[in-house]
Amino acid sequence: MSQQIDYNDRPWLDPDAEPFIKVQSVSKHFGDFTAVDSVDLEIYKGELFCLLGGSGCGKTTLLRMLAGFETPSSGSILIDGINMTDVPPYERPVNMMFQSYALFPHMTVENNVAYGLKRDGVAKMEIAQRVEEMLAMVELTQFRKRKPHQLSGGQRQRVALARALIKQPKMLLLDEPLAALDKRLREQTQYELMNLQEKLGVTFVVVTHDQEEAMTLSTRIAVMDVGRFQQIGTPTEIYEFPNSRLVANFIGNANMFEGRVSENGTDHVVVESKDPACNFYIDHGMSIQEGSKVWVAVRPEKIKISKQPPGETSTNSIKGMVGDIGYLGGTSTYRVLIGDQRIVEITSPNLNRPKDGNPPIDWDEEVYLSWEPSSPVVLTK
Amino acid sequence: MNARLSTFLITSVCFVIAFLYVPIFMLIAYSFNYSKLVPVWGGFSVRWYEKLFFDSPEIWEAVVLSLKIATVNACFATILGTLAGLALVRFGHFRGRTLFTGMISAPLVMPEVITGLSLLLLFIWLQNSVGWPNERGFTTITIAHITFSMAYVAVIIQSRLAGMAQDLEEAAQDLGAKPLRVLIDITLPLLAPGMLAGWLLSFTLSLDDLVIASFVTGPGATTLPILIYSRVRLGLRPDINALATIIILVVAIGVLLAAWIMFRQQKQRELELNMSEET
Repeated sequence: MSQQIDYNDRPWLDPDAEPFIKVQSVSKHFGDFTAVDSVDLEIYKGELFCLLGGSGCGKTTLLRMLAGFETPSSGSILIDGINMTDVPPYERPVNMMFQSYALFPHMTVENNVAYGLKRDGVAKMEIAQRVEEMLAMVELTQFRKRKPHQLSGGQRQRVALARALIKQPKMLLLDEPLAALDKRLREQTQYELMNLQEKLGVTFVVVTHDQEEAMTLSTRIAVMDVGRFQQIGTPTEIYEFPNSRLVANFIGNANMFEGRVSENGTDHVVVESKDPACNFYIDHGMSIQEGSKVWVAVRPEKIKISKQPPGETSTNSIKGMVGDIGYLGGTSTYRVLIGDQRIVEITSPNLNRPKDGNPPIDWDEEVYLSWEPSSPVVLTK
Repeated sequence: MNARLSTFLITSVCFVIAFLYVPIFMLIAYSFNYSKLVPVWGGFSVRWYEKLFFDSPEIWEAVVLSLKIATVNACFATILGTLAGLALVRFGHFRGRTLFTGMISAPLVMPEVITGLSLLLLFIWLQNSVGWPNERGFTTITIAHITFSMAYVAVIIQSRLAGMAQDLEEAAQDLGAKPLRVLIDITLPLLAPGMLAGWLLSFTLSLDDLVIASFVTGPGATTLPILIYSRVRLGLRPDINALATIIILVVAIGVLLAAWIMFRQQKQRELELNMSEET
């Protein structure tokens, strides 16, 4: 039954694997405005795929084209090998969970969930049985006779999910599925959603603006901006090896340094930065011209902060002064001033309790920042 | 300061209420006047009610005609107005939509005299060229009422649709409902309160209309407002006071009933909400 993607089984790396959903150079224009600009996308069976981006990046338009509410201005959409470009939503083997949930206010929970099956002309006995099972799965059996306005936010979300899943769609589209829930409930629901997806093996396509949500949920993420994909990859790839400054800044935080390639070896690259003056030694080779302008991104948690200078100070290390400390309990965020202007952010776990209430590193103290040669990422755009 | 303010407020409220209701109470009081001369009090009596009920067939004819027109008008206006409202809000930007929007609401601001006159001209022209309507009366008044009532319904439906999220209809489509099915299952049930309000408004507008009806009516058809107006033109009459009192009573009961039903629904909803929060 389980069609869950195994950790080692990544169909997008297998050249022979046939993608389940193919989006081929799809564009959507609204008048002069281009919402989606000639995108290509391949999603495999059983994936939990996230479209991630800020508001107005075209992610919702793309989702609505997959659902059939918008017709692409050009390009085609194939689902399970069948061209669905001009098929209306009521004939697509796809269901959607709306951001607002869009529960029918004049119907009970039971009738909301049964609606899709009724429209398909499924026999009454079977409808009753499948609704029963579905309600049991989302733990709403005792609320079956309630109207949507008599439910809490989390319960409504589960009704919406049950209603969208009951037709056993080939693909479930989720538009900001967790946005309407409060933080604690959202975290819990994230895992419920993942478990459900693993159990049913349905391909999920999730639209979200929340990068944490995307990182937790997805098998792969597509980062979107101004109607185009900036990068498509697993959460780890996107976080550890962003391909542009935009992606590096959008997913998590990154300290960005501008510099020039001063040395380009087969197994290492050295980037020289002027402001702040620092050499970045990176322990892997890159196909890059010596002397070209690049950016080096270092994640805040990959920088070590210390009052003692590290052994060798000219490379992979800078000296600065603590400007701000954000104490978050488990971790602390330090904003370190390099020179007058430049601020570098460091996140560091609070491993030990501070003695006598004194923090190990205090405001206005001089500190040394250092990082491993494998930590920085060189970006060319 | 506060006390003075509240004295001022109470006084103004009293004035407003007096302004609104003294004329009506005068009318009710004089309907129980024995004297045949309206402004002269001749003692308490119900003789005008007796006259009205047992000796005024023409009044009852007018009441029945007005109710018939109002009912037919309300039904047609609700159907047509709902369709117009749906077309305006849901069918996107079709060619000439702005013009249509303007034109649909024109009857709301058009002086009744002009609406009446233009409809009369239309009916005469139709009669001369196609021979229909062969006489003016029930049919012509009803058509005339539908033309302006429909505009009110369209406006009500439009505002209700605009406030209703489109994703409900999209969700139904997504679950396999074809557009007509969406209309029946989702849109119309959610529009029902608006349609009911439109029906009631059309009904009242029609019952109330004097100007347009007098333009397009013919010799055989006298609606209640036309009858009352023509009687009063010949002088104030106590039996008309009695009729007016009965109308006020019916309207008051109707309004109170509606308010009571709405109040009960509200109570019920609050109760259900509390219940769902407790569990």
